[in-house]
Amino acid sequence: MKAIELLGWVPLFPFLGFLILVLAGERLSKPLIAWVGVGSVAASALLVALIGVEFLNGTMEPYRLVLGSWMEVDDLSIPVGFYLDALSVTMLFVVTGVGFLIHVYAAGFMEDDLGYARFFAYMNLFVSAMLVLVLADNLVLLYLGWEGVGLGSYLLIGFWYEDPNNGYAARKAFVMTRVGDTALLVGLFLLFTQLHTFDIQLLMLRATSQWTSGSLLPVAAAALLLGGALGKSAQLPLQSWLPDAMAGPTPVSALIHAATMVTAGVYLIARTHALFIMAPSVQFVVAVMGATTLLMAGCSALVQTDIKRILAYSTISQIGYMFLALGVGAWSSAIFHLLTHAFFKALLFLAAGAVIFCFHHEHNIFKMGGLRKAMPLAFWSFVIGSAALSALPFTSGFYSKHEILLAVFDASPGLWTAGCLGAIITGIYSFRLVFVVFFGRECPGIKARVGWQMSVPLILLGALALLGGMLKIPLDSVFPVVFNHDHTFDLVSVITVLAPFVGLLIAVLFYLTGTFSAQRLAGYGLANQLRIFCFNGWGIDALYGAFVVRPFKAIAKLNKNDAVDGIYVAIALLSRVGYSRVSASQTGRIRWYASSVALGAVVIIAIGWLS
Amino acid sequence: MNGIPMEHGLLLSAVLFVLGLVGVLVRRNLIMILMSLEVMLNATGLAFIVAGARWGEADGQIMFLLILTLAAAEVGVGLGLALQIFRRFHTLDADSLNGMKG
Repeated sequence: MKAIELLGWVPLFPFLGFLILVLAGERLSKPLIAWVGVGSVAASALLVALIGVEFLNGTMEPYRLVLGSWMEVDDLSIPVGFYLDALSVTMLFVVTGVGFLIHVYAAGFMEDDLGYARFFAYMNLFVSAMLVLVLADNLVLLYLGWEGVGLGSYLLIGFWYEDPNNGYAARKAFVMTRVGDTALLVGLFLLFTQLHTFDIQLLMLRATSQWTSGSLLPVAAAALLLGGALGKSAQLPLQSWLPDAMAGPTPVSALIHAATMVTAGVYLIARTHALFIMAPSVQFVVAVMGATTLLMAGCSALVQTDIKRILAYSTISQIGYMFLALGVGAWSSAIFHLLTHAFFKALLFLAAGAVIFCFHHEHNIFKMGGLRKAMPLAFWSFVIGSAALSALPFTSGFYSKHEILLAVFDASPGLWTAGCLGAIITGIYSFRLVFVVFFGRECPGIKARVGWQMSVPLILLGALALLGGMLKIPLDSVFPVVFNHDHTFDLVSVITVLAPFVGLLIAVLFYLTGTFSAQRLAGYGLANQLRIFCFNGWGIDALYGAFVVRPFKAIAKLNKNDAVDGIYVAIALLSRVGYSRVSASQTGRIRWYASSVALGAVVIIAIGWLS
Repeated sequence: MNGIPMEHGLLLSAVLFVLGLVGVLVRRNLIMILMSLEVMLNATGLAFIVAGARWGEADGQIMFLLILTLAAAEVGVGLGLALQIFRRFHTLDADSLNGMKG
């Protein structure tokens, strides 16, 4: 029996784990909970490893597995079908591999938490939904996974529900992504009504053969799918939920809001790339959105003081790079960056989690300092992660980002400039974080105690972040090759390589040697205004507050008594009045009844007489 | 039998019927109401007899026998009820017996 035939078990293992944990729950002992929670993902990861090796050594022909029928109505038939090609294999590796390491880490990180079983139940549910998302062969099953990860994200952001702020953050994430999801759903309906199928491969085939490039239908469909992707991947204009989503436990931020769920939008666009090729204008919008987002989020990351918010903005910015790559048609580079980003951003989040864990849940980086000696493992993880994040040569991030920027230059030098500027900013904020937290004056009061569950994933992810660039997932079987980079040693390539070093240098001057002071720079009026502006994420939240939330609240207040409800109140009133009138005629006097019978008889006879 | 025209018979029956009805509607004593009902029943019975005589059919008289039986049963039940009502409420005033008011 070939391992690939067991594909259906990949999402099923975590789902079984979820069922066990949710049903047996806190009755299980803590080690058992960890074994079930981590073990289910480990089983998936192992299976994915077997399947992946078999697939990559084979012919790499797409493999399709239909487990059964989900719904059959007339000519609509939606199977529970999984589709395995190089793209889904890559995503499977990311989700189960990185997911497994994060689960191991979480077993240590969440040890003292009361909701241990609940936490792993949610995590397993999330992993299961994410696997369905990347394996689905039709858009409806994909949408099921898409909403499943949204649910998992909601549950885990609000995991510490005693604090109402966490609940607000969870609801914000849920509602904002739902805006995008609605667009995606409408897109699904549009595709089905026009092309009469939900099967992704068939859909792409029919789209390319039945529609003309650049006409209204593909543009509308692609734009609607893009709406879903923007919401899920926290891109402009729906990005402001992600920084608040940091309210969840750190392993959640690493798994959902760095490595897997937020890249679902990138996956969706890559999966339906044929449609986006048919709609060049939308594809250009993807690139512009990506470039704008990466710059805006980078600027916001520069001025944050919360260690997790810095990483959150950096995630938004890196996904911006992926969108930029998708927008210029460098599909495989985008997925490659997704892969390396999953490694180094999970590493950074987990290392940040270790710092927070050992620092009594302190998030403000300016209250930390000099942790280099006390926490060497976190320090080196951060150095490797930041180097990969800012794409210093020979780290994993370098390979992917370099590829993206060269491809972007071929498409549009203007966007390339934005990308390089973003690379400089990335260098500044990532090393600002390292220098502020790990260098400088040493802060006392560390309870340095990191168990093996937390250190082993850090070491493994560190190795992946460093060497992940050597991985070559052959995505050419999935995507059309658009670019052949011949910039081996020209100026563009050199500038692209040097950009992060400029950022590193600036960070050194500001935060390590103290040659310049950020405080003094921010002292001037305009600069301070700019800092506050960036700190608040470019006022996007205020904008939504003014244009969406406040009008909504005003309308709600206006309609406090519910106009529609008035109809039902009127019906109730009518029957009550009618009741009192009719019951008044029920006098209980026999003569009254007799006279009404007589009167009725007279009336009926009169009617009979007259007609 | 042909001395009296049918119209006279029917007119008498109608007058009796209206008298009975008025009795039912205006009297408050249950016994009087029952008596008025008897008058109304007999008025209809008379109408049947007159009609039967007019066409020379026995049907009218058969209907009268039916009504007679009905009236006997009605009086039996009605008087029984009146007796029970008087025992329980110590009155036969139909207007004050309005416990079924809605």
